[in-house]
Amino acid sequence: MAEINRDDVAHLARLAHIDMNDDELDRMAEELAVIVDAIKTVSEVAGDDVPATSHPIPLSNVFRDDVVGETLSNEEALLGAPDNADGRFKVPAILDGE
Amino acid sequence: MTDLIHLTADALAQKLASKEVSAVEATQAYLDRIGAVDGAINAFLHVNTDEALLVAAEVDKARTDGDTLHPLAGVPIAVKDLIVTKGQPTTAGSKILEGWQSPYDATVVRKLRAAKMPILGKTNLDEFAMGSSTEHSAYGPTRNPWDLDRIPGGSGGGSAAAVAAFEAPLALGTDTGGSIRQPGAVTGTVGVKPTYGGVSRYGAIAMASSLDQIGPVSRTVLDSALLHEVIGGHDPHDSTSLTDPVGALVEAARMGQVDGMRIGVIKELQGEGYQAGVLTRFHESLELLRSAGAEIVEVSCPNFRYALGAYYLIMPSEASSNLAKYDGVRFGLRVVPDGAPTIERVMGATRAAGFGHEVKRRIILGTYALSAGYYDAYYGSAQKVRTLIQRDFAAAFEQADVLISPTAPTTAFKLGEKLDDPLAMYLNDVATIPANMAGVPGLSLPGGLADEDGLPVGIQLLAPARQDARLYRVGAVLESMLEETWGGPLLAQAPAIPGIAGGK
Repeated sequence: MAEINRDDVAHLARLAHIDMNDDELDRMAEELAVIVDAIKTVSEVAGDDVPATSHPIPLSNVFRDDVVGETLSNEEALLGAPDNADGRFKVPAILDGE
Repeated sequence: MTDLIHLTADALAQKLASKEVSAVEATQAYLDRIGAVDGAINAFLHVNTDEALLVAAEVDKARTDGDTLHPLAGVPIAVKDLIVTKGQPTTAGSKILEGWQSPYDATVVRKLRAAKMPILGKTNLDEFAMGSSTEHSAYGPTRNPWDLDRIPGGSGGGSAAAVAAFEAPLALGTDTGGSIRQPGAVTGTVGVKPTYGGVSRYGAIAMASSLDQIGPVSRTVLDSALLHEVIGGHDPHDSTSLTDPVGALVEAARMGQVDGMRIGVIKELQGEGYQAGVLTRFHESLELLRSAGAEIVEVSCPNFRYALGAYYLIMPSEASSNLAKYDGVRFGLRVVPDGAPTIERVMGATRAAGFGHEVKRRIILGTYALSAGYYDAYYGSAQKVRTLIQRDFAAAFEQADVLISPTAPTTAFKLGEKLDDPLAMYLNDVATIPANMAGVPGLSLPGGLADEDGLPVGIQLLAPARQDARLYRVGAVLESMLEETWGGPLLAQAPAIPGIAGGK
């Protein structure tokens, strides 16, 4: 089982969109190394013959009737938005560049 | 007025029905109590004074008019701030949702409103329910009413402390790995994690969707059964909601006998790591059940020892995915760095400022476990362990109708004691996690005070999926036998909250 190091944490933080300074990366790498070490035995417990459980009480084909239910109005949907314009969420630039 | 707040929810409901007490009087008594003690306890993040009194007044008018009311109409309740409520803020204990108001009600909140139960406010929790001590709340820790220097458990420390400090007769909690039961254990209160899918999760802010469950928090087993019947049942808004009827839980709590029931002691959930005073009280409870005619058997669940490790892979994996929605786009905090940043940089800055350290750690851990190359070894393996835990439960329930263990290995520890040691903190949930992994229901009730520190010990009961009624049946019998030995409820032995005029 692979160890987790500071470079891994920096990469994961980028993937998860969380800015981290050097101190945070140091602390996080140290803590996660301990945690990963403690939980790595999990990968050694079950063999190939054991099926995975993704859901404790599986239900299948859960559908509702195909009728319009309660929905939020445009105004309600935008109520908590940090910024909006013309009835839509407004965000900063998607792409970099002048 | 102080007598009013010490009534059980059941007793209060009866006094309301007979018009001996008005709903406004009862609600005001609780609001006064919150005003008096919550400065010390910090159980509430928001107090819903006006709406609660308005609902109470409606109940009183309806009662005067002779309308038919729900048995709990006018009985106030507190709601964990992970559950969304229209007209009140919902923060999830996080800065990223500070000031946010939900445009819709959770299904359980709708049901409280339909029953006309005044909502007293929103209770404190570890940020996004991640923690066992409520110390990870962005709004300061909640304090244990038994000792203000100690943790009230977590993540639902606010709901448990509110009920223990007589700031509410009932509360709602959520339990992903023990967040209802462990706070119940360390505050001397009752908490129930229903069967997965037995109570709708619609409107509960998701941490780990395959583990999360809403449930009741109260001072007695019967009160939890009463509340469970209000909130339980099928909800088309939740695709994991079971279609079963909620069941006769109150009737089970009132049954009053366990003669001939087989109660299984889980070998792996005792011994090393468990505080001596916890085990002493646990064994006393076994003796009481035996004297009531139950058969005590020992069962072995060998794979439970892997439950904690598997949990700390599945939970962060699901959390990292669920928390991706806090990106500063549609709701919540947005932090814009200097210059002309792209949305990607806004997300990075927003999530850095809005999430606390524990939440970040779990997101990173989950992102790691789900990464290409690690997925099978981590998340995939953890899901297999989940199957093994379910098999252990299935085998144990062949031998026993109900399983029993201490709820938590120790009594309440000191604030700050485990804050810098995540692994030690995670170990608090070692006895509660297996139930979430398998989806089975669990209940924690007070088992007495540990000799070495005089703090509450929790007894956990576990039943097969969909058999929540057994928890109430056994729990109520054990509770009444224990209260007989104590000469009253355990909370009557709690010390006065320091600095409060008139004490408890």
